[in-house]
Amino acid sequence: MKLSIYVARRTIYVIFTIIGLSIFVFILARVLPGDPARMMAGSTAPEYIVERLREQLRLNKPLYEQYFYWVMDITRFDLGYSIYTRRSVTLDVMQYLPISLELIFLSALFEIGGGFILGPIAGRYSYKWPDNFIRLLCYVGISLPAFVWAIILQLVFTFWIPVFPTQGFLDVAPPAHLTGLTMLDSLISGRFDAFVDVLKHMTLPALALAIPAFTQDARIIRSGMVENKEKDYITMALSRGLPEWVVTSKYLLKPSVIPAVTVMGLSIASMMGNAFLVETVFSWPGFSKYGMNVMMNKDLNAIVAVVLIIGVIYAVLNIVVDVIVAYLDPRIRLVEKGE
Amino acid sequence: MKIKLPQKLVSSALLESARLRWFKFRKNLLSVVGLLIVIGVILIALLGPYIAPYPEHAGFYMNLQESSMPPSLEHLFGTDDFGRDILSRVIFGFQYSMLMAVVILLLVIPPGVVLGLIAGYYRETWVDQVVMRVSDIFIAVPPLVLALAICSVLTPSVFNAMMAVSLMWWPWYSRLTYSVASALKNEYFVQASETIGASSLHIIFREILPNCWGPLLTKITLDVGWVILIGAALSFVGLGAQPPTADLGTMVAEGGKFMPESWWISLFPALAIATIILGFNLLGDGIRDMFTEEVR
Repeated sequence: MKLSIYVARRTIYVIFTIIGLSIFVFILARVLPGDPARMMAGSTAPEYIVERLREQLRLNKPLYEQYFYWVMDITRFDLGYSIYTRRSVTLDVMQYLPISLELIFLSALFEIGGGFILGPIAGRYSYKWPDNFIRLLCYVGISLPAFVWAIILQLVFTFWIPVFPTQGFLDVAPPAHLTGLTMLDSLISGRFDAFVDVLKHMTLPALALAIPAFTQDARIIRSGMVENKEKDYITMALSRGLPEWVVTSKYLLKPSVIPAVTVMGLSIASMMGNAFLVETVFSWPGFSKYGMNVMMNKDLNAIVAVVLIIGVIYAVLNIVVDVIVAYLDPRIRLVEKGE
Repeated sequence: MKIKLPQKLVSSALLESARLRWFKFRKNLLSVVGLLIVIGVILIALLGPYIAPYPEHAGFYMNLQESSMPPSLEHLFGTDDFGRDILSRVIFGFQYSMLMAVVILLLVIPPGVVLGLIAGYYRETWVDQVVMRVSDIFIAVPPLVLALAICSVLTPSVFNAMMAVSLMWWPWYSRLTYSVASALKNEYFVQASETIGASSLHIIFREILPNCWGPLLTKITLDVGWVILIGAALSFVGLGAQPPTADLGTMVAEGGKFMPESWWISLFPALAIATIILGFNLLGDGIRDMFTEEVR
């Protein structure tokens, strides 16, 4: 099988998607607001300043030309100037993105851990009490959105049982800036106090993001296992006298996990979206909080950058998931080959 | 040429399959619970003004003497900082959320379904490529992010929020009907219709579309919950419904300011959101069971 061809084809699709997204975002920022120059200058600015700004932003050129210049700027990592932070958007992104990626990373760990523990237990003991309990838990998990979980966790674990800090990111002196990823930096520079402190601040927001996600995964794994239990090959394996735990962990789990992997990839990617609200609740100074702030301030350049970057992350994650699924499920590779 | 089946035969077969589906649905207690929750939510939404204990508290109202009172017999869910009864506002919030979900889904489903069917039927032509690649663009970013971005550029209002969410939502329906249509395209009954000279319109809407109802109905039911969730999220950050409208998301956000002490201001609207989503999830699972082939 040519996994590389499969990946290459997916990548080409994704590049087209990103180009399409950039056109859409461009329209969003340049056409929808009416007069972007007026918006950037503010309603009280005199006309000649707005005119100069219009000149500077090439707003008096035709749209396709504007788009061309804009794309050229982006390829030079020039995302424009943010009126909210009053500096280059690229700098903002470099500062805030790692902080969010760390959060998403921990959250993804929680999600994978939770889903792969609860799902198989429920599937193994289907229709018995562990299954009923987990199913109930999962229904509660998915019926509350992440931002409500954030509020509940904050209430319970910072006010009623104060074990975690309420909000923010770091209470001790920050470690030396090496990679931008604070946890990694604190490990490299041997600052374990900072590491523990960041982890403490991160636990609740990561959990809030992960709860709706892993309960969903657990449900999918469970229903896959229940469905596959009826299949002939499982009966065959059991009747040959293979120990039950071998059948469950080896033959039953793998095909049942595949749909969940796809969903996991999507939900890790959409955590970037849910993080917009969760980071706001916990005042987590990450990329999504930044996105929220620039949206509230109608900072067009920064809004465009935020949407595009999230689009790219989403796309990359999707390719990774496709590759993992193709690796796990030979049928997908074979179908692709048969075409 | 038209073959006419005896009407009696057709209707009795339909009745039989409906009976089987209801049997499958009823077998799972959780589905029935979901159905009851959904009926309850819809009834509350429809009867809102008549059953709310203090209907005048839905909009702008102030009574600072009763500000931030904990749950009591007069105010089962307590009152907020303006002294408004939270139970009444939650009831109006139901109305609001349901209205939003219905409008968005009505806007989204027809174009999404039709585009998906056409793209699926004309699979591997330029029509397929154009429709599916455009839908890819809208799926390329979490719906919440794009909806937030669109709402932030426009003036925040319920109307704009609904437009933004609709724009994000249609591709999911295209994807769904696309997969059904492209799978059925080579089935014998479709080929037979082609052979006897049926028009493409007939094949798409009379032969293929009826096969989509099962998955579509499941998706619509589940989506009511998700649309309400996104609407609540938009209002939560202030880009959807504006205060003093009784919207569940806005109420959760407003209550957040008084969080540890006056917990009831946020908690009950949050539980209301959870109830709606839970109900529609359970019902959606039940409908999925109804349309799966084998009875387990």
